[in-house]
Amino acid sequence: MKTDRGETLLKARTGFIRTKGERMPTQSCEADSVSGSVSQRACVYCGARVVLNPITDAVHLVHGPIGCASYTFDIRGSLSSGAELYRYSFSTDLKEQDIIFGGERKLAAAIDELVQKYHPPLVLVYSTCVAGVIGDDLEAVCRAAAQRHGIAVLPVESSGFAGNKSEGYRVACEVLMRLMEAGNSPLPAMEPGINYLGDYNLAGELWIIGGYLRRMGVKLNAAFTGDSSLKALQTAPAAAFNIVQCAGSMGYLAKRMQERYGIPFFHVSFLGLQDSADSLRLIASATGDEEVMARTEELIAEEAGQAEPFIQAYRDKLSGKKAAVYVGGGFKAISLIKQFRELGVEVVMIGTQTGRKEEYDEIHNLVEDGTVILDDANPAELERFMSRQGADLLVGGVKERPLAYKLGVAFIDHNHDRKHPLSGFEGAVHFAREVYHTVCSPVWKYVKQGG
Amino acid sequence: MEAIKTMRHSVIENPCHACMPLGAILAFKGIQGAMVIIHGSQGCSTYMRRHISEHYNEPIDVASSSITEPGTIYGGSVHLKKGLDHLIQVYHPELIGILSTCLAETIGEDIARIAAEYTVERDMGAYPLVSVPTPGYGGGHSEGYFLAVRHIIARIARPVPKHHRINVIVPHLTPAEVREIKRIMDLMGVDYILCPDYSETLDSPFARPYQKIAGGGTSLQELAMMGGASATIEMSRCVETHLSPGRYLAGTFEVPLYNSPVPVGIEATDLFVNLLKELTGQPLPDVLQRERGRLLDGMIDSHKYNAEGRAVIFGDPDMVLAVSSICMENGIVPAVAASGVHSKALELEMQTLTAGRTDVATVTETDLAVIRDLAVKAEANIAIGHSDGRYLTEREGIPLVRLGFPIHDRVGGQRLVSVGYAGTMMLLDRITNCLLDSKLSAYRPRMLKKYYSEPSGKF
Ligand code: SF4
Ligand code: SF4
Repeated sequence: MKTDRGETLLKARTGFIRTKGERMPTQSCEADSVSGSVSQRACVYCGARVVLNPITDAVHLVHGPIGCASYTFDIRGSLSSGAELYRYSFSTDLKEQDIIFGGERKLAAAIDELVQKYHPPLVLVYSTCVAGVIGDDLEAVCRAAAQRHGIAVLPVESSGFAGNKSEGYRVACEVLMRLMEAGNSPLPAMEPGINYLGDYNLAGELWIIGGYLRRMGVKLNAAFTGDSSLKALQTAPAAAFNIVQCAGSMGYLAKRMQERYGIPFFHVSFLGLQDSADSLRLIASATGDEEVMARTEELIAEEAGQAEPFIQAYRDKLSGKKAAVYVGGGFKAISLIKQFRELGVEVVMIGTQTGRKEEYDEIHNLVEDGTVILDDANPAELERFMSRQGADLLVGGVKERPLAYKLGVAFIDHNHDRKHPLSGFEGAVHFAREVYHTVCSPVWKYVKQGG
Repeated sequence: MEAIKTMRHSVIENPCHACMPLGAILAFKGIQGAMVIIHGSQGCSTYMRRHISEHYNEPIDVASSSITEPGTIYGGSVHLKKGLDHLIQVYHPELIGILSTCLAETIGEDIARIAAEYTVERDMGAYPLVSVPTPGYGGGHSEGYFLAVRHIIARIARPVPKHHRINVIVPHLTPAEVREIKRIMDLMGVDYILCPDYSETLDSPFARPYQKIAGGGTSLQELAMMGGASATIEMSRCVETHLSPGRYLAGTFEVPLYNSPVPVGIEATDLFVNLLKELTGQPLPDVLQRERGRLLDGMIDSHKYNAEGRAVIFGDPDMVLAVSSICMENGIVPAVAASGVHSKALELEMQTLTAGRTDVATVTETDLAVIRDLAVKAEANIAIGHSDGRYLTEREGIPLVRLGFPIHDRVGGQRLVSVGYAGTMMLLDRITNCLLDSKLSAYRPRMLKKYYSEPSGKF
């Protein structure tokens, strides 16, 4: 074990770290990152981009210097059944002279060029830190461009410094509201379906859940925003109800849609067998249709029946292992605790970049005594608590992966870049298999013998 | 040569390069015990860390001053100073790089002044804080890299008595390539100071206990000595004068500067080892002589396959030039040579390299959409460059030999070696095999379609 000089914990960070069962003040969260702490958090732009990027037929134009666009060029695993335009990375590439004289003309010219080349129904213009500071009037430029071209052109006010990723989610939800409002042409009379909020069709996850809904006889109206198009999103106000998966990013939109269109919503989770089954039942009973409910039971029996033997086999190999979790939002963290329990794995350390107070309360209720809970952690803390808690694996994103590996700890990629689905019954099997592949790999044998 | 000047339009479509501070981070990773803090919003630093760690598969710890909205109005020096306090407490670095971002520069933050104040306020004496102004809009990562190396040397190098060691400044190569260059110099008995030396830090062996700052890197003592060296070899034909660390050493300490291309290809490697021979008076050791012979042997073996190659090459200017030369040496047409950043030097070097040819287009300050169009027009059948060029394969069917930075969709980008005679051979084999793969996987159906017809007629 590494001897710790005891200095790796910053005083300014103490309120953000607690251990269940120890008497401590409540968890601090939803605060600005501590300067110099090497936070793993991203910016407002990042959050907004996560939510809006899967709109497949939009031009996603970043108004700012080149880097912000370079670092977000086709890095996410959202799949499309139609347009591919969303995968491209467009930037106005602001330079020094634009910063002095303003970038509005450049932005207008960029929109014109892209509309001519790609004929998109929608252009989203993301503001970045620099665009925010030089005070370009994105709203005005977008409005003029929308008139010129007769399409939707909307600003996304995502200057990076104006908060963190969760602020970006909120900004994106406001844009989605505006998109729906813009489509206010009378909606075609149609059978009410449901909207699915907070799924980004990573590795086809939306398609898996969509398949279940179809078999249940529930019509999926619009998905936010996985594999979506402007047209599909604009049908959303006609839905009977909304189901919300990733609450951190889309809980706000659900509330806004309830206020504006009177659409009720409830939360679902398709991570793990239990959550998947519970969520499908919830949806079925919300339709109030006996037949749907019956079909749902059939589906669950069939799907769970297929998945359970696999899960059981993996549980035999994994039971008693200890997991550390460090993910973006609270929803995922909470689901993972339950999902690991299905595999006989105990979560000994858990944290999020931008979890909210209610979510931390729930995490606190779910975990065992002795589990360390962290908000906005940094590599030094992750290292310290993973080692101290004896974690066998870490769940995290791209930046956390090499740290886990350097510590000789297994790793699960649970981020927007992954290329395999983790949702639904099949997703649960994929997850279990991935945990098994990493925890039980022969490579650790050599590592344990000393590097 | 077709004179395609910088192609400007009002929008960048699929960027070919990253921004300035990212390159500067890489340079600091080559200094022993160094840590970096980026003065700006949290997001920039997180994105850069993500981008770098995907390529290197190494933890990349970089702090941020995490300026928030009030900071953009009242100034962010409090954030930066607090950030430095925290960074020092957790990491105990020997040197700290302070980089600015677009945001910091736009709101007029003077990082050099803040660093100077901090040193006084915390009574830190001569502790090396190295501030480098790197607004992302000021250039690409290759420029940020050289600027940081220059600032590091300018801060640490001293007017020490003349000694016989040779400074070697490397551009952004792979850690394995830096190890290969060191091996060549060791074989030739050269006493060198290599900077920045990320050969261990960005490709560190698995070992316990985990070190928050990976071991290795150019030491402060070595950096201090650079002012008294007998010569500097700077491996870059494309670095601009005001960014060049070698020029700084020549200008300030009168260390003679030798400019060498990146030693990729037989000619460039010859130039490099000849320079070492000249500077040390040592002959070429037998091992290297034999590696050269083996390279020649391999070039002959592959020359007919290579003759069918038409390459689109993109990335950092020095890398593009190096790959273009290996193409020219082996009968592959560098049909499109492109860089995301502006580089007059690359344009001029390409003119010399491809003098008399009309089927070569060089373009700088461009993006991958333009590169893709040019590649299609030029009927390129092989692409050589970083992972962001994968649409060339996905959309146009042009296979991609991954080289340079970033490589995020394959493993081992940090272990590729293309320098020296042995490295050149490895790169050439990768290129030739890529051409062979296209040819062999398609030739049966192609020939069938082209020449075969059902027998018919009476006789
Ligand atoms: S271009 Fe500027 S703002 Fe964008 S990531 Fe780079 S430094 Fe940050
Ligand atoms: S400049 Fe701002 S918007 Fe762009 S990456 Fe940095 S923090 Fe995010």
